[in-house]
Amino acid sequence: MQLLFKTRYEQDIGLWKRKRDLGWYLLLVAGLLAVPMFAGEFYVGELGGLFIFAIAGVGLMLLTGYTGLVSLGHAAFLGIGGYTEAILLSKGVPFVFTLPAAAIVTGLAGIAIGVPTLRMSGLYLAIATLAFGSIVTNVFSKWDSVTGGFDGFPVKAPILFGLNLEGPTGVYYLSLAVLCFVMWVAMNVLRSPLGRAMVAIRDSEVSAQSMGINLALYKTIAFALSAAITGLAGALFAHYVRHLAPDSFEILLSIQLVTIVFVGGLGSLHGAIFGAMFMRLLPQGIALIRDDLPGALGRMPGLEPSIFGLILVLSIMFEPHGINGRWRKIKAWFSEFPMHKAAANRRQKSYAKSERLR
Amino acid sequence: MDDVARLVQLVVNGAASGCIYGLIAFGFVLIYKATEMVNFAQGEIMMLGAFAAYTCVHSFGLNYWVGFAIAVAATAVFGFLLDAVVLRRVIGQPQFAVVMLTLGLAFIFRAGAGLAWTYDSVGFETPFTNRNIKFGSLVLGADNVSIIVGTVILCLVLYLFFSRTRLGIAMQAASQNQLAAYYMGIPVRRVFSLIWAISAGVSAVAAVLVSPVSLIDVNMGILGFKAFAAAVLGGFGSIPGALIGGVIVGIVEQLSGYFLPAGSQDVASNVVLLSVLILRPQGLFGATIRKRV
Repeated sequence: MQLLFKTRYEQDIGLWKRKRDLGWYLLLVAGLLAVPMFAGEFYVGELGGLFIFAIAGVGLMLLTGYTGLVSLGHAAFLGIGGYTEAILLSKGVPFVFTLPAAAIVTGLAGIAIGVPTLRMSGLYLAIATLAFGSIVTNVFSKWDSVTGGFDGFPVKAPILFGLNLEGPTGVYYLSLAVLCFVMWVAMNVLRSPLGRAMVAIRDSEVSAQSMGINLALYKTIAFALSAAITGLAGALFAHYVRHLAPDSFEILLSIQLVTIVFVGGLGSLHGAIFGAMFMRLLPQGIALIRDDLPGALGRMPGLEPSIFGLILVLSIMFEPHGINGRWRKIKAWFSEFPMHKAAANRRQKSYAKSERLR
Repeated sequence: MDDVARLVQLVVNGAASGCIYGLIAFGFVLIYKATEMVNFAQGEIMMLGAFAAYTCVHSFGLNYWVGFAIAVAATAVFGFLLDAVVLRRVIGQPQFAVVMLTLGLAFIFRAGAGLAWTYDSVGFETPFTNRNIKFGSLVLGADNVSIIVGTVILCLVLYLFFSRTRLGIAMQAASQNQLAAYYMGIPVRRVFSLIWAISAGVSAVAAVLVSPVSLIDVNMGILGFKAFAAAVLGGFGSIPGALIGGVIVGIVEQLSGYFLPAGSQDVASNVVLLSVLILRPQGLFGATIRKRV
């Protein structure tokens, strides 16, 4: 195991742990930039979708993984971002402004739901956001004059400085750029006082409050930030699907977003990306094996959600740190190679923790 | 007079569906009070209970009451095993991990029921189907009345169980203070599993009671989300609160469907839920206490 000797405080809050990490990330971005040059249109489109879900995953990770507030209504924010983008574009607003506008409108929606739910935590918040999500979906489908109801809403092509970005390749580059931007924002937030306050709230609200952190303020900021990032993802999602329909923002999507965060690994930005990769690759994997499955199982309509459910259950039971945790364990195993001890990964025995008031 | 009769009918219909919400909410609250877990799969457990009753009554051709008993017992055993095999392992993990776990279980149950039974809607004949009870000029469906009467009887039985029997008092003790209950020699883990069993059994009763009114299909578990509104309204820690909350949600839903524009019935329970959470987060029957550190 290579030990990292920190000699300066700047090293502790630096964006990269080591210099060479930066090199690896640049290499990754360069590789991703080159993908559309050789890969087929289908793969480029799928990767673009993956980036969009990764953006939403980062947004939810800031809220759930770092602030400890669980939201089961994030599909609503995705929908609000998507509809804002589509409606503004149809009114003739240039794309340069619609994308930030989608983020701002969704951020405001996040504040609107964040402020009244501030007093809640854990369970109540999950239920409240669930109710909020279902109300918003109902509004999407019933408010025909604005959202087009169940007929859906066609999304105009995004035109950036005279460049038409419609189609898989355009969406791919657009999402990649936004993903890099969002990651940059998230990494900087996390090393700032705001990020430290969020983590403190996650670990213990009472002790965070005793340290002088304004719970209401920071929870609202976390909600707004998370909603705004998810709104950005929603705007890109609108261009990805090209035709918005209210039923694509149902509770199932919210649960998929939370699954990204949980399966990826709570409390790590890498986890959000890993989770999104898992989330987008699994349906393809299921489609591949579906033909080989025996009779009834292969034709089962609910196969996909049930496998999602199963993986969610198994990952919570056996690997609470998600894919990212498993990845770190594998890395540790190789770096310590012949000296690895099984006890290093043993989980502490856990006891029932009471969140009850009395 | 006609208007009054219509109103009474609406209220009775609302109270009947409210009783179902109340019974599911009862299941949530029972588990929450004891183990501090929230079972998002409660609606799906009810769905499994409904399918079990369907198998007994329709496929095996058993008597309605025998099928009723078998379905409730089978679902209770299922609830016991669910706790013993799955949920006991996640004790000590954050509360929302359990939320996600039970949501995952809900998807598995839904697909499992679709695979084991069918994805179509089914129903079976009950003694209450398509019958009416007349009180003067007032005509009420026997199915709705049976739901209300059944709920009242079940509540009485459960009340006697929790206040008079040894096991019921042990359950109360375990949910008030686990450690003290251990010291008193109560097998807390088994008691918790039994609480899961009772909660699942109550859901199965709700499922059988609702079967004359609504068809059985894999998406029946959606009712569970409405039951959340009931539980929250009642303060999420109070068993009578859950039942009363359920009745209130049911009546509000019926009345809003009648008096307000179309579509408001679908959001009524969610609006009630959000406004209760915002205005009175401790519920109508709860009290606020600061968390001890």
